[in-house]
Amino acid sequence: METTPTIANAPTLAQRAYNIRRNALRMGEVQGQGYIAQALDIADVLAVAYFHAMHYRPEQPSWEGRDRFLLSNGHYAIALYAALIEAGIIPEAELETYGSDESRLPMSGMASYTPGMEMSGGSLGLGLSIAVGIALGLKRKNSSARVFTLFSDGELDEGSVWEAIMSAAHHKLDNLVAIVDVNNQQADGPSTEMMAFEPLVDKLRGFGWFVQRVDGNDLDAVVAAFDTAKSCPEPRPRIIVADTLMGKGVPFLEQREKNHFIRVEPHEWQLALGALEAGRQ
Amino acid sequence: MKPSGSAAPTGKPRLTTSAMIASIAAEGQRTRPAPFGHALVELARNRADVVGMTADLGKYTDLHIFAKAFPDRYYQMGMAEQLLFGAASGFAAEGFMPFATTYAVFASRRAYDFIHQTIAEEDRNVKIVCALPGLTSGYGPSHQAAEDLALFRAMPNMTVIDPCDAHEIEQVVPAIAAHQGPVYVRLLRGQVPVVLDEYGYNFELGKASLIRDGRDVLIISTGFMTMRALEAAKALTGDRVDAAVLHVPTIKPLDSETILREAGKPGRLVVVTENHTVIGGLGEATAALLMRSGVHPVFRQIALPDEFLAAGALPTLHDRYGISTAEVSRQIKQWLGR
Repeated sequence: METTPTIANAPTLAQRAYNIRRNALRMGEVQGQGYIAQALDIADVLAVAYFHAMHYRPEQPSWEGRDRFLLSNGHYAIALYAALIEAGIIPEAELETYGSDESRLPMSGMASYTPGMEMSGGSLGLGLSIAVGIALGLKRKNSSARVFTLFSDGELDEGSVWEAIMSAAHHKLDNLVAIVDVNNQQADGPSTEMMAFEPLVDKLRGFGWFVQRVDGNDLDAVVAAFDTAKSCPEPRPRIIVADTLMGKGVPFLEQREKNHFIRVEPHEWQLALGALEAGRQ
Repeated sequence: MKPSGSAAPTGKPRLTTSAMIASIAAEGQRTRPAPFGHALVELARNRADVVGMTADLGKYTDLHIFAKAFPDRYYQMGMAEQLLFGAASGFAAEGFMPFATTYAVFASRRAYDFIHQTIAEEDRNVKIVCALPGLTSGYGPSHQAAEDLALFRAMPNMTVIDPCDAHEIEQVVPAIAAHQGPVYVRLLRGQVPVVLDEYGYNFELGKASLIRDGRDVLIISTGFMTMRALEAAKALTGDRVDAAVLHVPTIKPLDSETILREAGKPGRLVVVTENHTVIGGLGEATAALLMRSGVHPVFRQIALPDEFLAAGALPTLHDRYGISTAEVSRQIKQWLGR
């Protein structure tokens, strides 16, 4: 286990995001398939969440004072595992077990399997409702911890998400920070063609939330959005609408047309890792 | 409930009418008001982790009693059942013990996936307490949860309880609080009959209890059908039928040992009765248990038919579908050839 980084030797967020992408690609290679394009698109947001915004203790994943992170889009588990490995919550060696029998890293995120996985996803549209209960519970306990929850633009189709959106504003849950990944891709095609959800910022503001929209692959912008979400004094739940690019960081995957659940040929994983490496600044 | 045919001021016969909520208490029967609400207040005095949550049905699930006693521990979630159960899971994740209430139809049919995934799969300590179980509303299928036991029985980790009366509901509340894990309780609310105290009965989670013994027929019953079974057993003595009544309030986990012991006694017709569809409730659970165990008594079910039930007055409907006391007695006599 590496020593706690000091300010001087701490990896940059860009390095963290690179490592998260690399971990995700290595897990994808184990299974030969997966929601790898989503992992690549959300890596920057996760890097900021886990290495800038959130308080937690890697050696004590259930520490009472931690900020909670709820992965509503359970199929992004590969991305969260990649971040949890980078954060030292899951040993890197377990990466080889991804999606295998008896592994703690199943393809869809489940609370009872994995340290640091706070909810069971898979069925979409659950996370924000759980987050409302956790945020209410934290307030009851006078805890200063926050609940962060990530969900996908496709989940905006689910009525339950809007129940929770109304409820969070009703209860003035200023300890709740939601992030919606707008990659405009869901199972049957572009999200906006499945169910028109724009203008999303206007809708969410109308529902009483403090809303920011950023390029989710611009690290500086994402850092600023998390900082503002935390420091905003308004008694409202906060949401970051993050526009992201599927496959970000691996050009040939960014361009692959149907990339909701991509099949990558065996030889392509090494090409992808190579392309990711080549793209490092 | 007025008997049908009594004269209205106009001279026309007054019709019995349907209602969304109606008491199952017979006229003149001993009742207690809101036993769940009062028992929860009692529990919450000693347990700071208890919170009450509802989806716009506080008054109709007796949770308003709790809300009045502990306003800051009462969470009105609006008419949003998916949110209600997701948020209850979140509360439980933070170490609280939420009692979440709505009608049985909405928990079982509308919010099933939320309960399955966020509560049962995560094994959260949420107590789901639902009014209008089975046929306790004359409002039609929208409010008649004829299949709730079947649905919740099929859910891993879920404990399922169908109490008989106010006496039992008062004991169920502390018992489920002492049990770590998700529980579904069928709730009788408002003026609730008091029956089982006369028999010296006490609720024990997971235990069936022989309330009355008899030689000719064993009635295995749950929920308020135990009250009907006891009434039928009394009436049947007039026909020289000696009926035993085995009350099974915990539908899951089933008390197999007691059921097999009683059903295995020779020479008795076995009748399972429940306020639930014939599909997937206590009747079929018992039948499967007996078959698996090689116990083969003559077996009958008294339960709701596999059809969408009518709107109407509860006494009318209970007669029509065979779960009134008179109908329970009639069917048993018929099966016994008396």
